[in-house]
Amino acid sequence: MSSSAIEIPSNGSPKKFGVVVFPGSNCDHDAYYVLKNIFRQDVRFLWHKDSSLEGVDAVILPGGFSYGDYLRCGAIARFSPIMKEVVSFAGNGGMVMGICNGFQILCEAGLLPGSLLRNAALTFSCRYVHLRVENASTAFTSACAPGEVLKVPIAHGEGNYFADAETLDRLTRNNQIIFRYCDAGGSVTEEANPNGSIRNIAGIINERGNIMGMMPHPERASDPALRETDGAKIFLSAIGRLVGKTHLTQAII
Amino acid sequence: MYLAKINITLRTSILDPQGKAVQHAIASLGMDQVRDVRMGKYIEMKISSADRAEADRIASEACKKLLANPVMENFHYTLEKV
Repeated sequence: MSSSAIEIPSNGSPKKFGVVVFPGSNCDHDAYYVLKNIFRQDVRFLWHKDSSLEGVDAVILPGGFSYGDYLRCGAIARFSPIMKEVVSFAGNGGMVMGICNGFQILCEAGLLPGSLLRNAALTFSCRYVHLRVENASTAFTSACAPGEVLKVPIAHGEGNYFADAETLDRLTRNNQIIFRYCDAGGSVTEEANPNGSIRNIAGIINERGNIMGMMPHPERASDPALRETDGAKIFLSAIGRLVGKTHLTQAII
Repeated sequence: MYLAKINITLRTSILDPQGKAVQHAIASLGMDQVRDVRMGKYIEMKISSADRAEADRIASEACKKLLANPVMENFHYTLEKV
């Protein structure tokens, strides 16, 4: 392994992250691992039946297949007791990040607009994709350069983002589309779209800027031992925002 | 007691890749007259109520709040006394 270092923004004490665990979550440990061991934050699991967020500074809804994807992906998870707390936390401006199934849950819960349909090619797709950072001034992307291309893996069968034209126009107008699927050179093309998402949308943020959902898995591209570390920029952005640094320069060496 | 028979379908504006794949399979069986296959869900549930209006209200609420996602789906149902 090459010697890699990650510079983590800090104001002296680690921030508290909560990773929600639903029955069927399977990326909860990945998120927990990177936050604790790579980013040195204070992390705890939050069980779906709990009704307290234990004073966390940010909530992660991880990837997986909550409730077996029964009915629709994320449809049943949104009614978990913990989600009531997440909705009120988010309503008070708390930072919430939904990854993959977490994004599906945020859409089902109405915290983000639109929904995720079956992939256009009908196949489960598990591979690296490229994402273009369309808005680098959010709490989740400030460690990225505008237009930067990130290499992050996807792993989903239902990641085909859909919203009606009016919603899409609003998202575009407000710069709420923060990641789009692109090729390695940063061109947003049909060939670079792995699932048929409308306008190549891979991740969006709410209007207030505190709730973000994305289909790709930044937690699977954060540990230097796995070589690809572009996903770290998303966590470092969030940590930076929590400790009061909104812009970071080169975070990963 | 009422039995609700609920059909949930993708909104017409939404592409149904699953339906399309099934249509291709049907065509490969020689039935190439088959057009526009759309897949949906069928749900049955019994509602413990003697009052039709109440059963209707419950079925409608269950569809709106959980069984269908209005972003992408429509629903319709019938109620029969059982």
